Amino acid sequence: MSLESLLIVAAIIFCIGLYGALARRNFIAVLMSVELMFNGVNLTLVALGRYVAPYAVQEQLSAVFTGQVFAVFIITVAAAEIALGLGIVFAVFRSNESVDLTDAATLRH
Amino acid sequence: MWFEHLVFWVLSVVAIAGALGVVLVRDLFRAALMLATAFVAVGGLFVLMNAEFLAVVQILIYVGAIAVLFIFAVMLTRDVQQGNAPNRLQIPAAVISALVLAAMIATAVSTDWTTLAGAGLEAKAQLAQTQAVGIPDATDLTSAGLTPAEVESVSSGGLADLLIGNFVLPFEAVSLLLLGAAIGGLALARGRGR
Repeated sequence: MSLESLLIVAAIIFCIGLYGALARRNFIAVLMSVELMFNGVNLTLVALGRYVAPYAVQEQLSAVFTGQVFAVFIITVAAAEIALGLGIVFAVFRSNESVDLTDAATLRH
Repeated sequence: MWFEHLVFWVLSVVAIAGALGVVLVRDLFRAALMLATAFVAVGGLFVLMNAEFLAVVQILIYVGAIAVLFIFAVMLTRDVQQGNAPNRLQIPAAVISALVLAAMIATAVSTDWTTLAGAGLEAKAQLAQTQAVGIPDATDLTSAGLTPAEVESVSSGGLADLLIGNFVLPFEAVSLLLLGAAIGGLALARGRGR
């Protein structure tokens, strides 16, 4: 397990999520893909915090946690995004009777 | 050491297979379960990187809350004929993601990272990270070459120290964001005129 292998795994997860977000028609599937992208980013941040950042760490040892702090913030933002995203899913489903994004080109009814 | 490598490869394969399942499986309910699998595997990778607190948060929030919310959403808006159908952008999307992936892997491999091990801080940093979730033992830390000031800063909370200290402003901003998102989600899901 090295920094590079962790970064490559994170990049693969991120890009699978990117493909899903671009190529799926179902609103919920797109939201799931966005969550995958968040996970890839979190993995990158924690890996960088675990293996890199000596300058800050030399001054203050608790700076080894910086990557983890960023990951905590991203998880929080992801939770907020899901709360809003699923709210929009239900609103679109109520007005269109489907969660197909090609039918939901406009968000009005 | 070989055991760590084995666990790393197993978790990576599970995470990537779960991620592929999310975008390729046609049944959305199964895709949501695949998503939960990928989340658990990523949580395992966090444990391997000494981020135990984050691993617990990952399981609690992603698997416990977000995956369950997705399953609820799938069951409430079941689209039986469509499922997880692709749109017309499938090939361009695959090309774009492959290009982005190639760029990221090239960057990760070709960058000359200044690692903690290279700066001679590996043992210190690792001890500091593992101490953050265990019971701080000052003698262990001192024998690893930490100065008394560093022992103080690490054993007094580590991650929490940074979260409530250096990052207190983003911390408060994020709590406001969550409040706003919760109210907005309620307003959206409730619908108009009721």
